[in-house]
Amino acid sequence: MAAGSTIDALGQFELHPVLGGLGEALRFSQSPLMMIVASVAVLAFLYVGMRPKAVVPGRLQAAAEICYDFIHNMAVDTIGPEGRAFFPFVFTLFFFILAGNYLGLLPFSFAFTSHVAVTIALALMVFVLSVIVSLKAQGAKFFAHFMPAGAPVALAPLLVPIEILSFLSRPVSLSIRLFANMVAGHVMLEMFAAFTIMLAGLGLIGDALAVGPVVINVALMALELLVGALQAYVFAILTCIYLREAVAH
Amino acid sequence: MARSAASSIRRVASLLTPLALALPVMVMAAPGARAVGMPQLDFSNPLVIGQVVWGAVIFLVLYLLLSRSALPKVEAVLTSRRQTIDNDLDIAHRAKAEADSAVDELHQARRSAMAEAQANVDKVIEDARLAALRQTQDMNARLATEIHEAETRVAAARTAALGSLRQIADETAQVLVRQVTGTSVPADVVARTVDHAATARGL
Repeated sequence: MAAGSTIDALGQFELHPVLGGLGEALRFSQSPLMMIVASVAVLAFLYVGMRPKAVVPGRLQAAAEICYDFIHNMAVDTIGPEGRAFFPFVFTLFFFILAGNYLGLLPFSFAFTSHVAVTIALALMVFVLSVIVSLKAQGAKFFAHFMPAGAPVALAPLLVPIEILSFLSRPVSLSIRLFANMVAGHVMLEMFAAFTIMLAGLGLIGDALAVGPVVINVALMALELLVGALQAYVFAILTCIYLREAVAH
Repeated sequence: MARSAASSIRRVASLLTPLALALPVMVMAAPGARAVGMPQLDFSNPLVIGQVVWGAVIFLVLYLLLSRSALPKVEAVLTSRRQTIDNDLDIAHRAKAEADSAVDELHQARRSAMAEAQANVDKVIEDARLAALRQTQDMNARLATEIHEAETRVAAARTAALGSLRQIADETAQVLVRQVTGTSVPADVVARTVDHAATARGL
């Protein structure tokens, strides 16, 4: 990735077909492979964790139950009683993104959440779902939300386009936020790692100085662990907020 | 509260998003960086769209497995735990109520036993007092009877003694008269005189 004196910070995001010709024919790159790994990890975590079915849980079961309660409370507290129906969706969304973010931090792995196509697909799914739920729950009243209550009618030509624009920008901000965070983190990790290699080429002083970027990368890894969880949480909580607005009467 | 938190999250996010977006651009503009576009935006690569299709399928499968199988399993364990705890609490509450009533019964039994014992003690004391009283009365009565009998006997003895005293007095008076005068006086005269004299002396 770092070759000579140039830094290829974006090469890590290139997609390569896996499984040879079959992967190429099926458009199967390392990104869907990591999606499968993430899904299997989430399912294994729940299945293995909940296998004891103990009344007094062990560590893994307690962890699985905490994850369940965390998302369940988030969904029900934010959306309301209707949140129970959306809980599996929010759970899937949160842990799909979280596992994707964290898998990307492993060496030789790949973060599928660093691809805007993936994040925009997830955001559009949330957006379309919230629109469908809105139309189902509120009918034509849904369109009344584009005119803020209590605002002068004279301002409608100004306010309504702004509200529509703000509504339509939701999937954009939702997807770009996750995508940009993941890309920025991985680019920074790549750049500081490349600095280490470049400095190591400068001889004895370079060897000593090369420790600096390694230390920074350790700190960045901690930051990325935080960002990975935070972005998954932000994505899930915003999904809950959009759904709350959709089911609110 | 959730609304304000959400709006603050959105505000922070809206501030951070351009910043985060600018970073890769800055990296690309940095000297030494290879001047190629982001692979993520290379939509001519079929793998970029391919991962969306695969992602949709994988996400759907994950959603179905989670919502149909994995999450209900967790829910079942949590529900059974809640029920177990509720049942145990019920049992504990019942046991506590039983223990409380048993303690109450114990106290009640102790109180009644104490009252009974006190009554018994009182009764024994009363009995003893009555028995002592009766004994004293009996004793008194016996003593009184004995005293009365003794008095009667004394009186009888006295009467008897007094009766014989008259006779002795009569006889003595007769003997004295005969000795002194040499004549015998008729008995009835002597008796009358002695009577008279006795009465005069209060006998």
